[in-house]
Amino acid sequence: MIGPAMQQSFISVQGLAKRFPDPTGKGETNVFRDVWFNVVEGEFFCVIGHSGCGKSTILNILAGLDTPSDGVIVANGKHVAGPSLDRAVIFQGHALMPWMTARSNVELAVSSRHPDWTKAQIRDHAAKYLALVHLDQAMDKKPAQLSGGMRQRVGIARALAIEPKILLMDEPFSALDALTRGSLQDEVLDMRAKTSQTTFMITHDVDEAMLLADRILLMTNGPEARVAEIVENTLPKQRSRVDLHKHPNYYPLRNHLIEFLVTRSRELAGVGGAHLDVRNPIIVRPALGETTHALAPVGQEPSGQERKTDPRPSHTATA
Amino acid sequence: MDLSLRFKAHIVTLLVLVALLLAWQLAVGGRGSVVKMDPEYAKLMGANATQGKSAMPGPLEVGTKLWQLLSDPFYDRGPNDKGIGIQLAYSVARVSLGYLLAALVAIPLGFLIGMSPLMNRALDPFIQVLKPISPLAWMPLALYTIKDSSLSAIFVIFICSLWPMLINTAFGVSTVRKDWINVAKTLELSPGRTARSVILPAAAPTILTGMRISIGIAWLVIVAAEMLVGGTGIGYFVWNEWNNLSITNVINSILLIGLVGMILDQLMGRIQRAVSYAE
Repeated sequence: MIGPAMQQSFISVQGLAKRFPDPTGKGETNVFRDVWFNVVEGEFFCVIGHSGCGKSTILNILAGLDTPSDGVIVANGKHVAGPSLDRAVIFQGHALMPWMTARSNVELAVSSRHPDWTKAQIRDHAAKYLALVHLDQAMDKKPAQLSGGMRQRVGIARALAIEPKILLMDEPFSALDALTRGSLQDEVLDMRAKTSQTTFMITHDVDEAMLLADRILLMTNGPEARVAEIVENTLPKQRSRVDLHKHPNYYPLRNHLIEFLVTRSRELAGVGGAHLDVRNPIIVRPALGETTHALAPVGQEPSGQERKTDPRPSHTATA
Repeated sequence: MDLSLRFKAHIVTLLVLVALLLAWQLAVGGRGSVVKMDPEYAKLMGANATQGKSAMPGPLEVGTKLWQLLSDPFYDRGPNDKGIGIQLAYSVARVSLGYLLAALVAIPLGFLIGMSPLMNRALDPFIQVLKPISPLAWMPLALYTIKDSSLSAIFVIFICSLWPMLINTAFGVSTVRKDWINVAKTLELSPGRTARSVILPAAAPTILTGMRISIGIAWLVIVAAEMLVGGTGIGYFVWNEWNNLSITNVINSILLIGLVGMILDQLMGRIQRAVSYAE
């Protein structure tokens, strides 16, 4: 079967690798290698892996801020060779200019996107996006006067205000406390419902991935990290933090992800993952009715095929 | 609490001042024995020797003279007799000119060094060798090449203001947070716009620190430079008054040099506060 990623890829990552010289200076170490995956237009795509698997590097290459040692990324039909206003980044630290107000930070981005606009147009556009993240009251404050959550909201407004084709989020809420993180995740859900913005997010938070993502890419531990599998989110599209856990697929999905992070990401690292078909990673749909332990031991299935954990036809599981 | 602390500090400052003035007065007051000597010889020696009085003027004498100097600061009666205001203005003008020229060179050059690791390494040996040279050591060379004493003084100010500004600008520019540069890149800001709207404001507090150090050094150096080149300026005035054996005027000049230096520093401090930001 052909997965949705094959139908129409918006971002196509092909054979990506990043190498660094060994500390000894003799050889080179691959942080990751042979990374292949596709992101579909309008999709929320998430990468989970332990620190050191190079997931942030993949995002930076996608943003055009870093270069791969091997492989290419094609985004929106164009080879990614540098930063572009088509790909907006929400940084891990908010990365706001501290000498500018929240409004000016967004205006800087807008004026770069629309150099021909008048001051008033830029101002209105920036205000609209600050209102979208509920910052209408605080736009004239400087980042130092805002809370951590509000700063990250400005970061989101700045990224959305340039109306990018792809939104890149690098562990955007990892520096925030749990309550703030929750309200910002709601903000992202809200934004997704309104715009169906293609989004690529890096996280190490399983719950965040389950809440936001359509598909979740799992990576083995680094060095020599590789794509282990792609998990489709089997929870219904309209999600809310409040009753997500009541869905029957919640625990199968969560257990599958946790088990991967706790044991399988390590087992599949290095030679343990030699059998992985990195070009056509296994697609998993964890759902009620099968425990994740029922998954056949890795390597026994022909690669390139889906591993179903649900007896129902796949289209109902992914609906 | 804060106000009372400030009030207490003012009281202590005042007490220290009074104590210092009192000690000064007592130290220079005539306590020595009157020496018996030939009246003719006593005439030659002057009142200081014959009455046991110190040649050092007391605070009252200095204060009176200061009042005189300040009540008519801008008179000009020929090359050797100008008001203290004129002398100070000459010095401030020389410092400003040399300092501005140094800023015009140091800030763009600092940007270049800060942004290019290649230029940083390539130019570092020059900076390391040139920086520790006493600015006055350049004076003969300046006099020989420029052939104008006043311009030479400005050159000396230029050369001494250059290094702190250059080094701080380069440091400030090279340590701008990577995140901000990345934001500029993802927003596709042009290099010029990145320099103006991101790097300059980000590095401004560090650059201003360098500029504040520079203005301090420039004001220290101008006095020495003017003592050498002569003609006008507060440094020349001090030396001239020493030649006139007017310790009163020397003390007054010292006082005014300190005051003007403080004002220059406060001015830079104010600009520094205006461009600093909280992260």
